[in-house]
Amino acid sequence: MAPIAEWLFFFLIFPGLVFSVLLGLVLVWVDRKVTALVQWRVGPPLSQPFWDVLKLLGKEVIVPAQAWAGGFLGLPFVGLAAGALAATFVWIAATGLAASPGGDLLVVVYLLVIPTLAVILGGAASGNPLGAVGSSRDMKLMLAYELPFVIALLVAVFQKHEIDGESVRAGTLSLSGLVDFQRDVGSVLLRPSGAIAFLVALLCAHAKLGFVPFDLAEAECEIGEGALLEYSGSVLGLFKITQAVLLATLPVLLVTVFWGGLAAFTVLGVLAFVGKIVLILVLFVLIKNTNPRVRIDQAMKFFWGPMTVLALIALLLAHLGF
Amino acid sequence: MSSPTSSPAPTERRVVQIGPFHPLLEEPVGFSLGVEGETVVDVDARMDYIHKGIEILAQQRTYDMLPILLERICGICSVTHSVCFCNAAEDLLQVEIPPRASYIRTIIAELERVHSHLLWVGLAGHFIGYNTVFMWAWKYREPVCDVFEMLTGHRQNSALPMVGGVRRDIPEKYFDEARKTLDMVDGKVQMLTDAVLDDPVLAARLKGVGVLTPEEVMAWGVVGPTARASGVDTDVRRDEPYAAYAELDWDVCTTPNGDVFDKAVVRLLELKESIKILRQCFDNMPSGDLNLGTLHMPRGEGIGRYEAPRGEDIHYLRSNGTNMPERLKVRAPSYTNIASFKASCIGEKISDVTITLAACDPCYSCTERAAVVRGDGDQPERTFGDLVRLSQAETRRLASEMGRLPDLQLK
Repeated sequence: MAPIAEWLFFFLIFPGLVFSVLLGLVLVWVDRKVTALVQWRVGPPLSQPFWDVLKLLGKEVIVPAQAWAGGFLGLPFVGLAAGALAATFVWIAATGLAASPGGDLLVVVYLLVIPTLAVILGGAASGNPLGAVGSSRDMKLMLAYELPFVIALLVAVFQKHEIDGESVRAGTLSLSGLVDFQRDVGSVLLRPSGAIAFLVALLCAHAKLGFVPFDLAEAECEIGEGALLEYSGSVLGLFKITQAVLLATLPVLLVTVFWGGLAAFTVLGVLAFVGKIVLILVLFVLIKNTNPRVRIDQAMKFFWGPMTVLALIALLLAHLGF
Repeated sequence: MSSPTSSPAPTERRVVQIGPFHPLLEEPVGFSLGVEGETVVDVDARMDYIHKGIEILAQQRTYDMLPILLERICGICSVTHSVCFCNAAEDLLQVEIPPRASYIRTIIAELERVHSHLLWVGLAGHFIGYNTVFMWAWKYREPVCDVFEMLTGHRQNSALPMVGGVRRDIPEKYFDEARKTLDMVDGKVQMLTDAVLDDPVLAARLKGVGVLTPEEVMAWGVVGPTARASGVDTDVRRDEPYAAYAELDWDVCTTPNGDVFDKAVVRLLELKESIKILRQCFDNMPSGDLNLGTLHMPRGEGIGRYEAPRGEDIHYLRSNGTNMPERLKVRAPSYTNIASFKASCIGEKISDVTITLAACDPCYSCTERAAVVRGDGDQPERTFGDLVRLSQAETRRLASEMGRLPDLQLK
């Protein structure tokens, strides 16, 4: 297969668009089911998220009269494309699928910003005052969590290990390079610096996914879904799909950077990989269900204060070899 | 509450509309928040979406039928309004109801308070995005409603109170079952209280938010748990006892700060007191008559006061000597509590205002007693037929504007 066709397949089918959407919707079901169990409810059947999205895709799209129609309708596609591309890079690196690693940590970080940007701009384009409030909150939140997120991810790059009396670092921003390095020296997560950085990155990813306590950009009881307020029908469905893609990407990114990715293509290795993803997802769900929503100023203080300090401490510890 | 990062430059003022239909509201009501940035600078409420015309209906029902009608003023406070009306009628008649009847009234009133407060705790959790609390509080509300059904035959509307006592007895064989449920609910309320008091995120989110000072409480006439959370020691059950409250051992709960956090805490503490009252009622249930039989209502006026779960409820009754009231005026507690939003919401952020709006447990169905429709003055009064024709003309106009054929078969 020509490389371009190969990469198109990676991007569109596996592990990109189609695969990450399907997996993401399954993970949405895991989220809803575990939430239901925590709340003593029965929860939906596995097919429910699929039906929800299918129903939305078939519904009428209403563009508000005061909206900028081009942006309003175009941004969901941009967000989904960026999310699917990020999923492609992360999954290829995590599983070692392609021979030439295309994924670079910083590229993925940038790509993961775009879906959030699409929501922000879409909310602003809708011309709704509540959408504007939602967009402004989302933007502030993004500024807040991106800094500790990137610092925490860099811990994996700079962590110092001793092999045969020689100190080595991963020293690469390539995701597959990080996986290969961890195969040699063990998971980043197992060192104190890695554990702290993992915790920080987990909470930042939590905010990126817009889960409670950081769901203030949607906050249906305050600003009625915020930026997504005016969205309906298939474009809303696209945002929901993008959300599912992020849900299928962020836990895998965390596993790849901090927990060795898919260590071996054996039954046990695959099971461990899936187990790690589900474990991170359940952590997300538990945090989500045991906290009330915070205010935007509290969220910003949280990320720029304790989280950034923790991330910097982790970076220092990593440099010192802990 | 302005954050240090906000700029002093004047920002554009917008109106954020909450309602008439909104995820925050379990009933239709329209709040218009004047907003600069995320800071609320003005609040206005519009009601009249669910006016049911209860007061005019009350003038067309006999005294025997009235408690059953008045139970339907509110979906939650059904005992509140029927017993409050009975208090007013008994004030007019100057009669004492039999002791067993007063105990039965106390039992259904306190069961109602327990399930109403649990309902509020759940809703408040939902409003701040804490859906686990929502589900858990409502899970423990269910057994309380079940006890209500065991004792009275219905989860909400007991149809028990009547002028001069209660209509039917409640079966004592279920008291043990009810005690067991109360023990369970008591433990869970304790768990919820501890969880709320210990949760740092809840404290950060709710402390210092939507504060009502005691002066503001007095100025706006705030009643019930909303007033008690500001340290104002007021409770009709103690100040002007009705039913069996004077004979029972219980305390009025107050908290000092007047913020949303304290409003939650005061309700959780009241739950414990209500359960204490219920246990005493089950243990000391007197025997005897249930009611005073048929009473003739003389000409005169009566005022009934009642401590509803949301505060003091007042019914004013005027009788002209017939078997139907000449006038029945209901003033529900939310009527005064809603007005206090002017004091508690202005200057807060939108995210804090939403929970503040919910913190007085407003009940719009209770509040909407009169709808004032401003006429244009020189326009003639319209009949029902006129209104139908006007609305048909409007439908045609809208249909032609939207480029569609009207779906209605218009004559």
